[in-house]
Amino acid sequence: MAIIEVYDLVKRYGDKPAVNGVSITVEQGEIFGILGPNGAGKTTTVECVEGLRRPDGGTVRVLGLEPDDPRLRHRLGAQLQESELPDKITVREAMELYGSFYRTPADWRELLSTLGLGDKHDAQYRRLSGGQKQRLSIALALVGAPEVAVLDELTTGLDPQARRDVWELIETVRARGVTILLVTHFMEEAERLCDRLALIDSGRVVALDTPAGIVSTVDDEQRIRFRPSAPLDDALLTALPEVTAVSRSGPQILVTGKGNVLHAVTSVLARNQIIAADLRVEQTTLDDAFVALTGRALETDKENR
Amino acid sequence: MNPLARLTLTESKLFFREPIGVFFTLVVPPLLLVILGSVPAFREPQEGLGGQRVIDLYAPIIIATVIVMFALNGLPQMLASYREKGILRRMATTPVRPLTMLTAQLAMCTVLSIVASVGVLAIARIAFAVPLPDQIVGYALMFVLCTVASLSIGLLIAAVAPSGKAAGAIGSILFFPVMFFAGLWIPRAVMPDVLVRISDLTPLGAGVQSLQDTASGSWPQLLHVAVMLVWTVVAGAVAVRYFRWEAAR
Repeated sequence: MAIIEVYDLVKRYGDKPAVNGVSITVEQGEIFGILGPNGAGKTTTVECVEGLRRPDGGTVRVLGLEPDDPRLRHRLGAQLQESELPDKITVREAMELYGSFYRTPADWRELLSTLGLGDKHDAQYRRLSGGQKQRLSIALALVGAPEVAVLDELTTGLDPQARRDVWELIETVRARGVTILLVTHFMEEAERLCDRLALIDSGRVVALDTPAGIVSTVDDEQRIRFRPSAPLDDALLTALPEVTAVSRSGPQILVTGKGNVLHAVTSVLARNQIIAADLRVEQTTLDDAFVALTGRALETDKENR
Repeated sequence: MNPLARLTLTESKLFFREPIGVFFTLVVPPLLLVILGSVPAFREPQEGLGGQRVIDLYAPIIIATVIVMFALNGLPQMLASYREKGILRRMATTPVRPLTMLTAQLAMCTVLSIVASVGVLAIARIAFAVPLPDQIVGYALMFVLCTVASLSIGLLIAAVAPSGKAAGAIGSILFFPVMFFAGLWIPRAVMPDVLVRISDLTPLGAGVQSLQDTASGSWPQLLHVAVMLVWTVVAGAVAVRYFRWEAAR
């Protein structure tokens, strides 16, 4: 059964459509990512799922309910972008307060220790670091023990280590059976966490598949760079059926090819007793896929929304 | 504990963690009373005041100050900054409606206003022999009406202010005319006629006179009751029309 069903969603601000015909379905226990540049309509889409905005067109169902159904609020947890707490509220007070909103709250102490805030119960919100505030925000989204969690830009403002910790936490949460809808503009986050992804640009879904599936629809081209330990004739490489192009820059050789090109190249080198120093293989990334699909890069625009 | 009780409790704790807010709402009004009461001439009956003393006139004015501090300064600033910070929006994703936050804030402001006002009346009675209100029920009703009218204006400020800071500024600017007509600088009894006519139409001017009338055992004037009701309905309706739970995009 689909947990989240969005069909042909349209949402306009004034005349400008922010979301223009988005359709996605998220299955039970899935981590589903919405990836796209800022301003693509990601946040607007999930706000319609959360019931914070009323769609101008299309339908949205979560757990079979309308997004503004009061029953849904006991079963869906949301972490919003740029949402703060009162400066002087303590972590404990915030957790107890938000826990009291739900019929069957989770154990907030356990939640906080999983999130690395176990020693911060009595700290006031204003004294927390950016990363700690972000983790508290995630804790508040999960304090109602939701069946569905919608997390918007959950690792923005976190350092790389904290980011990895949060990713692990999200996997733990999913392991408990929670379905997760994730908004991100970090390619690495989407690749690491998501079972399936919708790439969104200008309010439309441009691709919807597993991360590997999206990459493969674009191109399976690989680029291999290395510095040969002995002079090497280009013809040896261009003769290989997997190789599409060979170029040189200084001592470096760049081989472009498809399929099992890496194995083919290293075999040739081995037969000629050449060692490939500084060998690097570059595969097509989600970012490349996004560029190929839209003509624009994913992680350039740092502005919000 | 149910969410509203928990929220009211948490908001009250947060209120007491802001020393400046506590100072202006709970310390300044009694302090003002004590300072005025310390002036010997203010404790002498005045013929120009119909035999009343200045300190007798000031008891209701200081109670009006308490109401204004909560309703026009505290409440709008808190609500607008909660909206600005996305706190109301976050609540909208939980089973508890943001309206509960508003209810909790109104409850807290009302209870603290009552506590501070009872304190002011007690100090006035004990330290300066100001008689307690004769018509206690009428007095309480007028207090509630004046508080409700002021809270409606506070909600209107919260509705139109783009940020917590802006709400604080609007509240502070309004404080002066509102309290001027309530008689904080010149009590109504010694105001020129034209000022009294204007004061009659302001929520706190009408409020102070109604408190005074019920304190001395008479009925409040119909005009003053009507003025407070009109302020409540008009400010309340405009506030409801323009109030937003989330900041503008």
